[in-house]
Amino acid sequence: TLDIFFLNSCILTRDQGLSYYRCMQTIRRMELKADQLYKQKIIRGFCHLYDGQEACAAGIEAGIERTDHVITAYRAHAFTYTRGVSVREILAELTGRQGGVAKGKGGSMHMYAPHFYGGNGIVGAQVPLGAGIALACQYQGNGQICVALYGDGAANQGQLFETYNMAALWKLPCVFVCENNRYGMGTSVERAAASTDYYKRGDFIPGLRVDGMDVLCVREATKFAADHCRSGKGPILMELQTYRYHGHSMSDPGVSYRTREEVQEVRSKNDPISLLKERMLSNNMASAEELKEIDGEIRKEVDDAAQFATSDPEPPLDDLCKYIYHNSPPVQVRGTNPWAKLQSVSSS
Amino acid sequence: QGSFIDALVVLQMMVRDALNQAMDEELERDERVFLLGEEVAQYDGAYKVSRGLWKKYGDQRIIDTPISEVRAGLRPICEFMTFNFSMQAIDQVINSAAKTCYMSAGFQAVPIVFRGPNGSSAGVAAQHSQCFAAWYAHCPGLKVVSPWNSEDAKGLLKAAIRDDNPVVFMENELMYGVPFEMSEEALSKDFVLPIGKAKIERPGNHVTLVSHSRCVGHCLDAAAVLAKEGIECEVINLRSIRPMDTDAIEASVMKTNHLVTVEGGWPQFGVGAEICAKIMEGPAFNYLDAPVTRVTGVDIPMPYAKILEDNSVPQIKDIIFSIKKTLNV
Repeated sequence: TLDIFFLNSCILTRDQGLSYYRCMQTIRRMELKADQLYKQKIIRGFCHLYDGQEACAAGIEAGIERTDHVITAYRAHAFTYTRGVSVREILAELTGRQGGVAKGKGGSMHMYAPHFYGGNGIVGAQVPLGAGIALACQYQGNGQICVALYGDGAANQGQLFETYNMAALWKLPCVFVCENNRYGMGTSVERAAASTDYYKRGDFIPGLRVDGMDVLCVREATKFAADHCRSGKGPILMELQTYRYHGHSMSDPGVSYRTREEVQEVRSKNDPISLLKERMLSNNMASAEELKEIDGEIRKEVDDAAQFATSDPEPPLDDLCKYIYHNSPPVQVRGTNPWAKLQSVSSS
Repeated sequence: QGSFIDALVVLQMMVRDALNQAMDEELERDERVFLLGEEVAQYDGAYKVSRGLWKKYGDQRIIDTPISEVRAGLRPICEFMTFNFSMQAIDQVINSAAKTCYMSAGFQAVPIVFRGPNGSSAGVAAQHSQCFAAWYAHCPGLKVVSPWNSEDAKGLLKAAIRDDNPVVFMENELMYGVPFEMSEEALSKDFVLPIGKAKIERPGNHVTLVSHSRCVGHCLDAAAVLAKEGIECEVINLRSIRPMDTDAIEASVMKTNHLVTVEGGWPQFGVGAEICAKIMEGPAFNYLDAPVTRVTGVDIPMPYAKILEDNSVPQIKDIIFSIKKTLNV
C-alpha cells in the first residue's frame, strides 16, 4: 500500500507556467480548429476532440522525461502534440495530406512520434501494448517508463485486467492512466461500471485519484507515479478526473446523454486553462497582456497550420502500396481488378 | 595410391529440433530477440519446441506468460500454444501488428514472430484443430509462413525472426517429431530461407500438386504411388502463404497443364480457393487442360472419434483419386 498522498503545495516557476499555458492553449485552439475544419467537411471520418482535457496531456508531459514512452487511445491529437509533433503536421494528417505526420496514411487515430505509439483505434488494445513497451524498458534496463492511457469506457475491458496481472507480476515500469471524463461515448460511468473508483480497479496495483483539470496536480501525481515505477516498485495506476466539452466524436453533439448546463458549469468553474491563468495572474507570475500576446501567437500558429493543412496536396496514388512492409523486397499487390498490378514499396 | 571416398555427412533432425536450433541461434545472434508464451520457459514448451532455451538464456529472454500480448523496440517471438488460442489475441495481431507500419507511413515497424502449431492434430477435437492459414493470409501487412520439413522449419523461422515485419509462423504438431535429413548447409548458423519462395520438392510433367505444411508429405506419398502407374506429379511446397510464390505455380502449370491444390484447412475462402483465383487471372489459365481441383479438409468442425477425424482431412487416397479425376484417367 502507498502512503496517503495529498498535494498541498508544489513549485511553479514562471517559465513553467507560461509553458503549460502555451501548451494547453495550443491544444485547445488546435482542437477547435479541427472542429471547424470537420464542419467544413475538410476533415472526414473519425475525429475525437480533447478540449477540456488539456491539463491531462500537458501535466503528464511535464511530469515525465522526453525519453519516457506514451501510448493512448483514439483521443490522441493532444498527446501527438505534447510528444513533439507540430500542429501543422497534425492538422495535415487530419485533412489527409502528404504533409501529415503519417503522410495521410493514418488519419486522426494513427499518429506516431518518437516514444509515442499513437493513436490506437481499438478500445483498450493500447493497454497491453503499453505494458509491452514497459517490458522493453525493463529488458533494456534504460530506466525509462511507459505511460499507458485509457478511458473510463475501456476501464471495464478484460484485456486491462490481464495486463494489470502481468505488469504487477513482472513489476513492469508502467503508469496506467485512466482519463475519466465521465462518459464512454454516451454511457455515463454510473451506467457502465459496477465500481466507478477507477483508481482502485487495478486491485493489487496501487492507485491515485487526481484532479485532471489542474495541470499542477497532474504533473505532481505523474512525477510521483514515474518515480514509483523507476525505483523498481512495479506498475501504478492514476485516475485523472477530467471532462470533454465536445461529444465523443464529431458525429456526437454530446447533449443527448448529458445536459448543456453540465457542460457550461465545467467550462465556467473548472476550465483547465482558466484555472492556470487565474493562478498565474493572482500570483503576479504574468500579466494579462502577456497571456493575450501568447494567445495571439498561438492563433497565428494554428491558422497557418490550418492553411497548410487545407492547401497541401493529397498523397500521390503511388503511395497506395507504400509502407505495407518494412525493409522488405517489393511484392506484387493486387489492385481492384486482375489487370491492376501494383508494386509495394517498403519503408527502411 | 589411396582411394578417397567423399562421405556425404547427413544428419537426421526432427522438426521440433530444427525449430529449437533456429531460435537458439537467433537468440545468440541478437540480444533484442526473446521468446514469450505459455509454458515456454520452465515447462520447456508445451510441445518441447523451446526445450533447453530457458536454461541457456534465463528469465529475461525466455518468458513464461499467463496469456497473450505485447511488443516494443525489441524483437519478440510470441509462441501460441496452438493457433486456436491466437484468436484471443487476434485483434493485436491484425490491428496492432499487421497494420501499424502502413498506418504510420513506415515510422513504426513491428518485427515480431507469432509462432505455434496450426491445423489439425490427433484427437484434440473441434476447438483445437482449426487451420488459420486463410484467416491470417487474408490480411495485408502480415507475412504468413507454413513450413513442412526440418529444413523449412529452421530456415524459415530464422528468416521470420530476422524479418522486420510481423510474421505468422504456422507449425504443425504432428510434424514436430518427424525426422528429416539436414544438409550441412542447413545446419549452419546462417542458413536462412527466403520468405515468399516456394520449393519444388519433386519434379514431374503430368500434374502440379501445390500444398503446404503436413500435406506436402501426403502429396509426395501420393506421387510415389502414382509414379508406379506412370503418372509423374510435380510437387510444390509453398513454404509461404503470404506472399505466395504465384510465379512458381504458374510456371509449373504451364508445363503440366493440370493443377491440384492440397490443404488441411476448410475449402471455403481457403488457400486452394485463392490459388484457383490467381491461376484464372494469370497466364497459366490458357494452359489448363482441366479445371483446378482443390483437395481440402471436410467443411465441418473437427470431430473427435478417430474414424471420423481420419475422414475429415485429406488422405493419400483422396489426393490420388483427385489427381486421377483431374487427369481423367
